[in-house]
Amino acid sequence: MATEILMPALSPTMKEGKVARWLRKPGEAIAAGDVIAEIETDKATMEVEAVDEGVMGRILIPEGTENVAVNTPIAILLADGEDADAQPAAAAPTADAAPAAAPPSCGPTPSAPSTPPVSAQPEKDWGETAEITVREALRDAMAAELARDEDVFLIGEEVAQYQGAYKVSQGLLDEFGEKRVIDTPITEQGFTGMAIGAALTGLKPIVEFMTMNFAMQAIDQIINSAAKTRYMSGGQMSCPIVFRGPNGAAARVGAQHSQCYASWYGHVPGLKVVAPWSAADAKGLLRAAIRDPNPVIFLENEILYGQRFPCPVDEDFILPIGKAKVEREGRDVTIVTFSIMVGVALEAAEKLAEQGIEAEVINLRTIRPLDTRTVVDSVKKTSRLVTVEEGWPFAGIGAEIAMQVIEHAFDYLDAPPVRVAGADVPMPFAANLEKLALPNPDWIINAVRQVV
Amino acid sequence: MSNETDRGLSGGHNSRAMTEADLKEAYYQMVLIRRFEERAGQLYGMGLIGGFCHLYIGQEAVVVGIQMELKQGDKIITSYRDHGQMLAAGMDPRGVMAELTGREGGYSHGKGGSMHMFSSEKHFYGGHGIVGAQVSLGIGLAFANKYRGTDEVSVTYYGEGASNQGQVYESFNLAALHKLPCLFVLENNRYGMGTSVERASASKELWRNGEPWGIPGMHVDGMDVEAVRAAAAEAVAHCRAGRGPVLLEVDTYRYRGHSMSDPAKYRQRSEVDEVRRNHDPIDRVRRELLERGVAESELKSMDDKVKAVVLDAAEFAQTSPEPDPSELWTDILVES
Ligand SMILES: Cc1ncc(C[n+]2csc(CCOP(=O)(O)OP(=O)(O)O)c2C)c(N)n1
Ligand SMILES: [Mg+2]
Repeated sequence: MATEILMPALSPTMKEGKVARWLRKPGEAIAAGDVIAEIETDKATMEVEAVDEGVMGRILIPEGTENVAVNTPIAILLADGEDADAQPAAAAPTADAAPAAAPPSCGPTPSAPSTPPVSAQPEKDWGETAEITVREALRDAMAAELARDEDVFLIGEEVAQYQGAYKVSQGLLDEFGEKRVIDTPITEQGFTGMAIGAALTGLKPIVEFMTMNFAMQAIDQIINSAAKTRYMSGGQMSCPIVFRGPNGAAARVGAQHSQCYASWYGHVPGLKVVAPWSAADAKGLLRAAIRDPNPVIFLENEILYGQRFPCPVDEDFILPIGKAKVEREGRDVTIVTFSIMVGVALEAAEKLAEQGIEAEVINLRTIRPLDTRTVVDSVKKTSRLVTVEEGWPFAGIGAEIAMQVIEHAFDYLDAPPVRVAGADVPMPFAANLEKLALPNPDWIINAVRQVV
Repeated sequence: MSNETDRGLSGGHNSRAMTEADLKEAYYQMVLIRRFEERAGQLYGMGLIGGFCHLYIGQEAVVVGIQMELKQGDKIITSYRDHGQMLAAGMDPRGVMAELTGREGGYSHGKGGSMHMFSSEKHFYGGHGIVGAQVSLGIGLAFANKYRGTDEVSVTYYGEGASNQGQVYESFNLAALHKLPCLFVLENNRYGMGTSVERASASKELWRNGEPWGIPGMHVDGMDVEAVRAAAAEAVAHCRAGRGPVLLEVDTYRYRGHSMSDPAKYRQRSEVDEVRRNHDPIDRVRRELLERGVAESELKSMDDKVKAVVLDAAEFAQTSPEPDPSELWTDILVES
């Protein structure tokens, strides 16, 4: 029975790829496990292994073909003795398992718009912009600061030869060499301590955590050593260091790899905590973080890495830490949020506008120090507050913002503030449950309805 | 490839050869793991499995050889690269595959995923996502064995990449101090993601890493299931007898990428081909069985049986429903 060999996906988000090479020719015998082809995307290469034994039949997609959609038949595998023109059996081998249950979608589809709303210009006019991804923005920020200051270096797992586990440090090893772009073993507490020690002498390390989940192995060093030394030394010492990496939920990676640390680090005096959304945020704020004489936690988001935004091309472009940005103006309700949820909130705001409700959306950009001023000014105008975050609700960023508003603008409020947050559970793996655990525009719309 | 230490362990020299029946069992288990993993890779490619998925292909002889020396009640813990351990421990392929697809029929009802599965029945304490974190939990399992006065052993698997984590050494000290019945199995597959062991470890003889604490080290060829089993026999006996922990370094190799998405630029394809061609653990057992006069047809019927089991698991994993939405809110705390 001839079967179709299908174009595989290398990751849940992959839609298409290139058939880079055929390693087997028609007519050759194939055993299960044999590598028959190589598939490539801009990010990775994967070998295609035969799952069944048989004889290589016709190649449907010649090597070198780009943009081949996932699940396209790329070749035919023949059973022994079958002739090369045999048609594949109605059901491919994998399809004989009932297709009854539709494949679960691979995690939450990032609902952030791929282009930001018109108002997404940095406050100071930096002039001309170009569209770049958040990944490129972060890379460019590091490249610029590495070039600007000899004391800056990048250290972490897979940052050099591998070019970054999420390709954020692409090209930096070539550009700056092994002394400045340093691979480490998997030893978070050790290399974090080492970087903090170096920072105490005045070097300016950028510590990349493959994801912020792994920084928990080193959280003692971050809080007890980086955040407190300035104070404990009576101001003699400082710790100019950046701890950066993807934070929050990725897609379908389960409980230990999906959590938001904004409120954890936001709790700690002696730290600054930054959480960019757009490429301009990422570039401008990372440059500021690297120049800052204090320890800065820089919370990125894996799902945003590939998204494009306009970003100023000006070589000196930089953004101030501690300054929020009004991404969308509105008179009816203030939505305060940060990181990937900015996109989700903007989407909700567009839908609300269709219903005649004009929401003001504030992108915090910095969690600590919090730009209370911008939030309070907005609430004084709208008299209503909804906070949105991906992390857990209890003692979260929303709780802090609501408290600040109560302290500074209580009399202006026309309704109790409402918070939208991730479900108060460890992140489940199943696609349907994961979707239920993360805020989407409808949650925000419902919250707004409660206050207006 | 064994090294003797001065602690009285032979490094697996003793009674290497398995009986024919055992060798057939090893063959079956190894083929089961391989076919299961290939199928998982395929389901991933079809979008039925999401997130990370770390395949065990190439490393089958390690868990199979060790499992053959374990008895009911022995405890097992490992990293995210856990499918092989679970199958070897006798967990149901349907439940494992359905966890990979995130369905109700999975071991954790879809809430754990590929990296996080557990079975109280089989004393499998999970798949852990944080590199190195399972090692200190593993000595805790051994602590409980000792505390309860049983002769059960805890097998704690970790990679050569994980072997650089500080808590591994804290665990060595504790395990030696308390003479815990813990078999540390260091699976040296030469890479932790894209970093080769040479670029990550200043120590060149990882099996000796427990020496400062007096932990006997053994080193064995993990592509040879008979050698692994012989080493495990000695190590497990040492732990069971109450003589404290053992560190067993097993040389092995991962054929596939670290997870499904892997740039594959950190090693030559020829290196992978060489291992597959000349050191494949399944080919080796197959050859040995044929040499001993086992009929090709008998192996074929084992292959067919495995194929049926794996197809059944894949089918189950696709037809089992997604968990009920109410599952989102259960199992957070023990309800009293
Ligand atoms: C504390 C921590 N740091 C980093 C990671 C990311 N990571 C996952 S697996 C891995 C490589 C581990 O290599 P090794 O221990 O050799 O195991 P193998 O994958 O080869 O089985 C890394 C760096 C993680 N999961 N946890
Ligand atoms: Mg490894």
